[in-house]
Amino acid sequence: MAPSKIEPRVHKRVLSDQQRRRDLALQRQQECRRNLQLHARRLAAGLSSGGEENEGGDEDVVEAEEFEESYEVEGEGGGGESSSTKEDLKDLGLRQGTRLKGAKAREWFSKQLMLPEWMIDIPPRLKTDWYVMSRPAGVRCVVVSSNGTTVSRQRNGRVLHHFPSALPNGARTRDVSCASSVFCILDCIFHEPDKTYYVLDLMCWRGYSLYDCNTEFRFFWMNSKLAETDALKPASQYHRYRFSVLPVYECDVGGLQAAYSAPVPFTRDGIIFINRHAHYVLGSTPLSLLWKDSICSEYPVDTDSKGNVPQYQQVVLVLGDDGSLATSDDPPVVLGTMPRQFLEQHDQHLKPGTCLRFNVGDQGLRIVDGKPLFADIHFQGGAGRNKIADTSNKILYQYAARRDPLTISNLVAAVESTDDEGDFSMTG
Amino acid sequence: MALEVTQILLNAQSPDGAVRKVAEENLKQFQEQNLAAFLISLSHELANNDKPPESRKLAGLILKNSLDAKEAPRKAELVQRWISLEPAVKTQIKASLLQTLSSLTSDARHTSAQVIAKIAAIELPLSEWQELVGNLLANMGGPNVEQPAHLKQATLETLGYVCEEVSAEVLAQEQVNSILTAVVQGMNSTETSNDVRLAATRALYNALDFAQTNFENNMERDYIMRVVCEATLSPEPKVRQAAFECLVSISSTYYDKLSVYMQDIFAITSKAVKEDDEPVALQAIEFWSSICDEEIEIQDEYSGDFTGDSEVPYFRFIKQALPALVPMLLETLTKQEEDQDQEEGAWNLAMAGGTCLGLVARTVGDDVVPLVMPFVQENVSKPDWRCREAATYAFGSILEGPSLEKLTPLVNVALNFMLNAMKDENNHVKDTTAWTLGRIFEFLHGPSVNNPVITQANLPLILAVLLESIKDAPNVAEKVCGAIYFLAQGYEETGVTSSPLSPFFQGIVQALLATTVREDAGDSRLRSSAYETLNEVVRCSTEDTAPIVMQLVPVIMQKLNSTLEMQILSSDDREKQSELQALLCGVLQVIIQKLGASETTKYGVVQYADQMMSLFLRVFACRSATVHEEAMLAIGALAYATGVEFGKYMQEFYRYLEMGLQNFEEYQVCAVTVGVVGDICRALDDKVLPFCDGIMTQLLKDLSSNQLHRSVKPPIFSCFGDIALAIGEHFEKYLIYAMPMLQGAAELSAMQTIRDDEMVDYNNQLRSGIFEAYSGIFQGFKNSKAELMVPYAGHILQFIENVYQDKDRDDVVTKAAIGVMGDLADTMGVNAAVLFRRSVFYKDFLDECTSSDDQQLKETAQWAQVTINRIIAA
Repeated sequence: MAPSKIEPRVHKRVLSDQQRRRDLALQRQQECRRNLQLHARRLAAGLSSGGEENEGGDEDVVEAEEFEESYEVEGEGGGGESSSTKEDLKDLGLRQGTRLKGAKAREWFSKQLMLPEWMIDIPPRLKTDWYVMSRPAGVRCVVVSSNGTTVSRQRNGRVLHHFPSALPNGARTRDVSCASSVFCILDCIFHEPDKTYYVLDLMCWRGYSLYDCNTEFRFFWMNSKLAETDALKPASQYHRYRFSVLPVYECDVGGLQAAYSAPVPFTRDGIIFINRHAHYVLGSTPLSLLWKDSICSEYPVDTDSKGNVPQYQQVVLVLGDDGSLATSDDPPVVLGTMPRQFLEQHDQHLKPGTCLRFNVGDQGLRIVDGKPLFADIHFQGGAGRNKIADTSNKILYQYAARRDPLTISNLVAAVESTDDEGDFSMTG
Repeated sequence: MALEVTQILLNAQSPDGAVRKVAEENLKQFQEQNLAAFLISLSHELANNDKPPESRKLAGLILKNSLDAKEAPRKAELVQRWISLEPAVKTQIKASLLQTLSSLTSDARHTSAQVIAKIAAIELPLSEWQELVGNLLANMGGPNVEQPAHLKQATLETLGYVCEEVSAEVLAQEQVNSILTAVVQGMNSTETSNDVRLAATRALYNALDFAQTNFENNMERDYIMRVVCEATLSPEPKVRQAAFECLVSISSTYYDKLSVYMQDIFAITSKAVKEDDEPVALQAIEFWSSICDEEIEIQDEYSGDFTGDSEVPYFRFIKQALPALVPMLLETLTKQEEDQDQEEGAWNLAMAGGTCLGLVARTVGDDVVPLVMPFVQENVSKPDWRCREAATYAFGSILEGPSLEKLTPLVNVALNFMLNAMKDENNHVKDTTAWTLGRIFEFLHGPSVNNPVITQANLPLILAVLLESIKDAPNVAEKVCGAIYFLAQGYEETGVTSSPLSPFFQGIVQALLATTVREDAGDSRLRSSAYETLNEVVRCSTEDTAPIVMQLVPVIMQKLNSTLEMQILSSDDREKQSELQALLCGVLQVIIQKLGASETTKYGVVQYADQMMSLFLRVFACRSATVHEEAMLAIGALAYATGVEFGKYMQEFYRYLEMGLQNFEEYQVCAVTVGVVGDICRALDDKVLPFCDGIMTQLLKDLSSNQLHRSVKPPIFSCFGDIALAIGEHFEKYLIYAMPMLQGAAELSAMQTIRDDEMVDYNNQLRSGIFEAYSGIFQGFKNSKAELMVPYAGHILQFIENVYQDKDRDDVVTKAAIGVMGDLADTMGVNAAVLFRRSVFYKDFLDECTSSDDQQLKETAQWAQVTINRIIAA
């Protein structure tokens, strides 16, 4: 007799763990595969940051063994000098760079920041291609977490703090320490009043380079990855300084106003515009722009060491072998010459490479094609040991600020006008 | 042409093994020498009423087996063989078969009906044997021709089998109409022969799928439904049972047409549940369970959002029937059988009623509670154990479905009562109580539950009771294991260093281990349940109990070692050994994975790696498929834990790896082994190279085999990627074999037009596998062999586009596709720029993915975007 075609149901279901074990094994395998692929891809993202000619090496990723011997580098090239050393340092990958010490480290680190230009005029497509953010007043620095500690270095390469942090491998605690290959590099402003590192940008995360990624991606990465750590939490014993991610706005009217005047927990010192397609390039770039006025900054115009606005615009220029006085642009722009006689008189202090301070006289600057060609400069004295010569862009900005500054209404107008662009239609 | 085969067929059933063997050999020879003559002889034997029933029946069975087989490749071969027979031969065989339907020997008729259906399954789709349905219907007689009942019975049976064998589109609507007419006539109450009515009712069960058009027609549907309902009142219990089976099938196939009949059906089913024989009553309950299934599915599908747009209507039959349905089900609960809990596979009215009640609770949620709780309260303390058990079972059954708000207060009151009831004098009451505790832990306990019923205050008592009751009879202890399983699972939370269970961890582990060595642990699956519960307890353990888990390693290894010394005298012994090894390898796998996942506990595994590996290899040497699989899984976990150190085991392990990859029949084993190859690639990295020739050869063979279950193919492609990523440029030599396989599979999947859910799922899996292979190959070639991919890049981008255009593409395949697109750009650099410049879709695809809410997809897509932009800009 044919039995019922309908199977009885499972009564008081019994456990079956075997399929569960299979599934969990499969899940583990898929996760490992995915991690490995992500690894390969992040690795890949860093590969070409050395430039087109730098084929295929994975310089940007610090290998575990190599990090072990980190501090041996000190001795190797110790005696090297001047231009050849500079070239070497420039070409060093992150791997070598982050393990330098002393003067070399200072030199290397002094070149690791992307430096915004001053906004002299408004770039096209400001609204569509740029982000805008408030800039905290404070010390700009590179923060590196590696080998269980965190070091922040100022623009001149000097160490600001040496501290434990909750960044990956930023402290010797079980939570954050990891393989020695793991390290991070962040672009920050240290804001003294609330002892907080405000993160402007992220160059390296857990050993993976982001230099060659566009701003959009770096910011996305910066926000999502920092949030995964405890670095944004309040300071504690193993996390001495809090980190904080700056809000980034679309460059529309609302965003511009927020960056310009919305309440922030820090002293504002101007606003930064950054092009969303820009990679993180070292040194000065027109794809990142700084703008200030007296509302969003205490110091819209340069002040002296006492905080007073001097009567004349001051510029710092570097003295060349031939007595030329030049900006720090690459190539340098020569704005004048030191009289030979004067140099000979003061040859103990005025060595080539020294930075000197000048007043800009009444005749001002001669500007051709947006570049200064000549300046009416008057020698004031040495600029101080750690000063760097001004860029022509800074000189121009300060020059404009004293005469015909770009105002917030100019900026709003620029953004509003691009607002309309989309509505334009051909009627011919 | 026909030969006398009677004696050989009789000999082939002889109790004397030697005689049997000779006969089987003869049959085989005959078949090989002249297949046509062989088949004709068999059909003559079957048709010949003068032959003994035994030889006729075997002739029919051999005929049937020469037309169909379980394994698809063998089946295809047999079908081909039948098709290529001479038409005259086939005609002769078919005539004999049809003739047999009028035989007075019922076995011969029955066998012939089956063989006819097998031939129909081959020929009807090829538009042959078109006269079959007509021939069969002629057997049913007509207004002026009365045919004998046994012929009508056999004919209806044949029609039923034919409907079971062929798919609906093969029969023309007129054929379906005439079959249904004949069948429904046979079922009619005017039919005097019970045999005919039964055959007709069973035939209808198979023909229901064909009746779509007829069910659309109100008159025809009414008629069919009336006949089915009348058949549930037939004096013959088998007819009533078959009629209810038809109703069950109708409830799922034609849910949307049932509305007008529900009143009547409720009356019929409730009468059957109350009064009828158990097999009939079980089907009547099954009707309601099946309605619950439908309504749960509808709710799942539309997630409670019934805007009226959906194609399937939701009638809320269960909710409407609730006031009458629940009492009917509750009444069944006291009809337990003695010893039902000790009997495996037992199924009776009480079980079916409780199961249905559970489904009702899932269908209607809170509404069931007020209807069930009075029954629970009234009966749970009564002196009659049947009442206590029924009340507990009812309570346990409704724990899934209603809201936590509704259930929590009830469970808070009931929990202590249940814990006390674990000391009940009756075994069934304790069994059901332990099961109910398990359901409480499963549904009302866990990290997501806001007002947990388990607290720091009552947890010690709960565990004291469970660890005492685990010593009870095997069936009770097995349910206690289940309760512990869900208790532990509820505490599973990642990222915590301690669990409320930690103070009891040692005690639980000891109790479970003690259970596994009980004399009676073989009963009621107790040993398996204890080990599987141990697995869950280990999985959910926290850092503070890791030392105890580590101590478990040598204990389990010792047990595994002693299975190797078991005395094996029979296949029964062999099976016992193999089951035990499977369980123990399972435990080790779970422990390895648990301890191996954290740097701080990994040494707990790694220090025993040598010994474990040698045990696993010895388990392999015992050769049993299930053990093979579990040991293989454990080895995968071990490779993951030991990393590159695993290399030292490869020489010895390799042959078993190869054996696993060759296991076509047990595709699970093959699939698991493919996964382990991936584990090994990741563990050994380029040190896996010496074994890759063998592994790749095997994987390529697997892919080319039509014997291998298709579900293993996607993981094999993924495994290509694992290998390529591990050995990098050395994958070059496999490229000429692997790429055509990948391209072929990609093309095949692009042409796939069948759109059922299963096929869509499979296609997505296949494509994910293909993409994972491409990713691994690109990434592996990036540094030195990128140019090798130039000839394939266009094809790959095209495939990505095809997948992009596919509306059925799932998230996994999307992620894999966008990843490959980035890998392609990243590896080939400027060489790929021209491809992207020519392509339009990739920007849309990137846009879609970069605006996704899925973080991982978004990251991968942004990376791909940056990479592609870079090469295009260069």
